[in-house]
Amino acid sequence: MSGADATNPKPARRATVMAVTSGKGGVGKTFVSANLAVALARRGERVLVLDADLGLANLDVVLNLFPKITLHDVFTGKHTLDEAIVAVPGGFSALLAGSGMVEYSRMTPELRERLTQVIDEVAPRFDRILLDTGAGISDVVLYTVSLADEVVIVATPEPTSLTDAYATIKVLAAQQNRRSLRVVINQVLRAGEGRVIRGQLQAVVDRFVTPLDPESPVKLELLGEIPSDPAVREAIKRRQLVSTVSPGAPSAQAFGMLAGKLCG
Amino acid sequence: VQAPAPTTSHRLRLDAALRLLQQAGITLPQRGEAGLDDAAWLQLVVDGLCDLSSRDALTGLGNRRAFEIALAREVDRVARAGEPALVLMVDIDHFKRVNDTWGHAVGDDVIRSVGRALADCIRPMDTIARFGGEEFALILPNCPPAFGQSVAERIRLKVENRPVTLPAGDLVKVTVSIGGAFAPQWVRSSAALWVERADRELFRAKASGRNRACLEQPPISDVSAEEKGMLFGTSTLQDLES
Repeated sequence: MSGADATNPKPARRATVMAVTSGKGGVGKTFVSANLAVALARRGERVLVLDADLGLANLDVVLNLFPKITLHDVFTGKHTLDEAIVAVPGGFSALLAGSGMVEYSRMTPELRERLTQVIDEVAPRFDRILLDTGAGISDVVLYTVSLADEVVIVATPEPTSLTDAYATIKVLAAQQNRRSLRVVINQVLRAGEGRVIRGQLQAVVDRFVTPLDPESPVKLELLGEIPSDPAVREAIKRRQLVSTVSPGAPSAQAFGMLAGKLCG
Repeated sequence: VQAPAPTTSHRLRLDAALRLLQQAGITLPQRGEAGLDDAAWLQLVVDGLCDLSSRDALTGLGNRRAFEIALAREVDRVARAGEPALVLMVDIDHFKRVNDTWGHAVGDDVIRSVGRALADCIRPMDTIARFGGEEFALILPNCPPAFGQSVAERIRLKVENRPVTLPAGDLVKVTVSIGGAFAPQWVRSSAALWVERADRELFRAKASGRNRACLEQPPISDVSAEEKGMLFGTSTLQDLES
């Protein structure tokens, strides 16, 4: 396991849990999670996207799905997990947070227990679980990320987004001893911009982030760049996923490449 | 593990165990004393051995094994309850010099004295152990980050203000360096990583002159102007345009 040094070894046939986080809000975490899920599903993976942005969930809006039964009902014990898992057009599954989750915007022992339980329960049934976290580095976000085997940080080339992504990397390196983080640069205007930005981030990390063990420095890997794409705006307007409705669009192709990299 | 039936316990070879307990000053009632059946007596022997194997022979404090058990429990508790907890690593300054100047018997006295000073500083819920050599380790559950530095400072001062008196009347001045780290709240972590972080602070305390306490600063999410300058270094992005 490459992430926070978990106390338990990963049992056999358990999904790889990936946290998708960003620091800054509005850079496309949910967009990346959902489209990556479509691309992974196309490669035959069983994927579950879990809306872990409990305070300000919006996976339902992105997917245009408003199921009656949500994670909230699972947390309150009204419904089972199976009842809350929805099949999304595009071939993956989702667990939506639902409304009424504001009470979970602060970390409590109950929330910790429930999140862990939910992940443990679904993990054996999927190949990959994407945790679509909230923005920022609140204790809920950090805790959610700590449950993941791998971390994907989403950023756009905007200075504020890069600053927050970098701050997140710093905190994850210091607090969770993360040594290997993946970055996705969203809304790039020129091909190759993602590679440059990754290099830029890596240079600052090398200079300012001191790892506990100098032998294993923090390494950023570019998972991919998603081009700014009119097809994305079109799909969002129609409340659809670009990877589902315009698989030939440059952004959808980019997600295909991301998935290819993950599946090895 | 199945406990032996009391009827067979007389066949156990307990001489070595009983000798160890006696040497450590743990007194047991006579075997077969009124109201004490064989199993109950055997339980007392086992309890005594457990106690012995978790204590440090020189200082009577917990040993490294006891510390590691307590630490693993604390890691679990912190992740579940989200309460803050602090680990302090305490190392006697220039201990080799004490040994070289006064001999190992005085060295032992110094270790015992520091152990007592530390034990006087802690609350009943805290754990103190001799980690090894001249190094001690403390676990302070439920210690708010805002108090960490002053707690460590109090411990440092306690040792500094308590020189060791030698039989000949000489006073040996003793100081300690302290390194501390809080467990990350809510986050799954490991005992080894926690100690490593505190150790790194101890190293910092030593390197910056000893007789001081250094605590790991909470992870800083601030991004300095220097970092931003590098992050937005214009050159590379311009390269791309050309």
